[in-house]
Amino acid sequence: MISIREVVETNQMIAHENLDVRTITLGVSLLDCASSDLKETCANIRKKLLRLGGKLVETGEEISRDYGIPIVNKRISVTPAALVGASCARGPEDFVKIAETLDGAARDLGVNFLGGFSAIVSKGMTAADENLIRSIPAALASTERVCSSVNVGSTKTGIDMDAVRLMGETILEAARLTADRDSLGCAKLVVLCNAPDDNPFMAGAFHGVSEGDAVINVGVSGPGVVKHALSQIRGANFETLCETIKKTAFKITRVGQLVAQEASRRLGVPFGIVDLSLAPTPAVGDSVADILKEIGLEQPGAPGTTAALALLNDQVKKGGVMASSYVGGLSGAFIPVSEDQGMIEAVEAGALSIEKLEAMTCVCSVGLDMIAIPGDTPAATIAGIIADEAAIGMVNQKTTAVRIIPVIGKKVGDKVEFGGLLGHAPVMPVSRFDSENFIVRRGRIPAPIHSFKN
Amino acid sequence: MDKVVITVVGKDTVGIIANVCNCLAEANVNVLDIAQTTVQNFFNMMMVADFTRAVRPFDTIAADLRAVGDRMGLQIRCQREEIFDMMHRI
Repeated sequence: MISIREVVETNQMIAHENLDVRTITLGVSLLDCASSDLKETCANIRKKLLRLGGKLVETGEEISRDYGIPIVNKRISVTPAALVGASCARGPEDFVKIAETLDGAARDLGVNFLGGFSAIVSKGMTAADENLIRSIPAALASTERVCSSVNVGSTKTGIDMDAVRLMGETILEAARLTADRDSLGCAKLVVLCNAPDDNPFMAGAFHGVSEGDAVINVGVSGPGVVKHALSQIRGANFETLCETIKKTAFKITRVGQLVAQEASRRLGVPFGIVDLSLAPTPAVGDSVADILKEIGLEQPGAPGTTAALALLNDQVKKGGVMASSYVGGLSGAFIPVSEDQGMIEAVEAGALSIEKLEAMTCVCSVGLDMIAIPGDTPAATIAGIIADEAAIGMVNQKTTAVRIIPVIGKKVGDKVEFGGLLGHAPVMPVSRFDSENFIVRRGRIPAPIHSFKN
Repeated sequence: MDKVVITVVGKDTVGIIANVCNCLAEANVNVLDIAQTTVQNFFNMMMVADFTRAVRPFDTIAADLRAVGDRMGLQIRCQREEIFDMMHRI
């Protein structure tokens, strides 16, 4: 029988350490919705989403009540829209219509985000891919809940630099079209390398073509729980430090596994994966930066940060892998700036630069995330930042991403408020040196030598 | 068996167990185990109960217990046992 000490420990995590399940994400294949007529495709999409997602929010709330564990988000990911709309969308404006259909369905289902307004262009772009990418700024400006992602490279294919250049321009245009809302459109747009097919977290979630018709993926959280556990062993050696993170990650992930199994059973949809990521929120005490401080750094960004993060990321995986029957998605520690109060403070204290964040992304998931930069940053500079991150992902066989927000009308030191889970951020400086002549080259960067394993 | 863990947190006072048990008895819920401890000066009680033959739905019983807690200045939560089993047992 379970002991009172164990019950108190679990409830302490929930009540005081922000333990929650960050998201139940229902992945839905829209491949069977495609038709040569735009109206028909949109109608098929809406019908399928309402049919499969009708009980998602209600079921999430029911599970939350039964186990007393908050389930913060109920979300949907869909097949990359560039594939679904390929045979009916004649131009970017048609893809905007698809985005609006997805948004309407998301609103009616009560989910706060729907991911998959996406294109996978790791090696090259089809006409549909390019039309989708060109539609992203208008689509993000005219919708509320749709998230967009573009995969521009992989270890197997190299990096499509034409797509990288286009994404630099697209991000800037998305910022301009949502300038009245602190360029919020860019907070819903992520550029990836080695994007997983089963990621439940936004903005990079999409339902990959390797997936079945529908699937339940769950993202856990719990930076506050890890931080609290580490605060009980201050000054201990690395062995104890690592063991403590591992055991805590195990406990956190078990809750995710339970919720995933239950959601799968109650919705009659197969269980896909649990994503082990430590996902912070702007709430005090729900911060990955605070864990780094607890490990012994005055601020994230201090020398030793990359090593501490590498250790944290690895132990989270080691503890989490045994706790779940299927692990997938991004699975690592997230280091967004605006969504983590401790990271915001580190930037404000001058401890953390984009260059240090880039180094940190070599050892953790996922990338340069939720970083506000000046609105007058050139598109080629943004493309250069994307290329750097994609190269880290390609060479290290890991997922990397860029979700960067050039805030129109704002300069270094200004503050930006995105609201809710997206948080707020100080505008950070970017290198003033030019990348134009690198970015204007056409074509792609070849796959790295270690990708040839056959 | 449909096991549910009921936890009571707050200031110790007369009649906590009586009130919780009354509420459970009305719903035909059998109490399997009771334990209590003090954590950071707070009274903590845990009850494991069997809801298999309950005559009211889980949500209603949970709400009734919350109401008992509100009257007595306590926090009373109902959670299905699996969450603790999953977290603390391999």
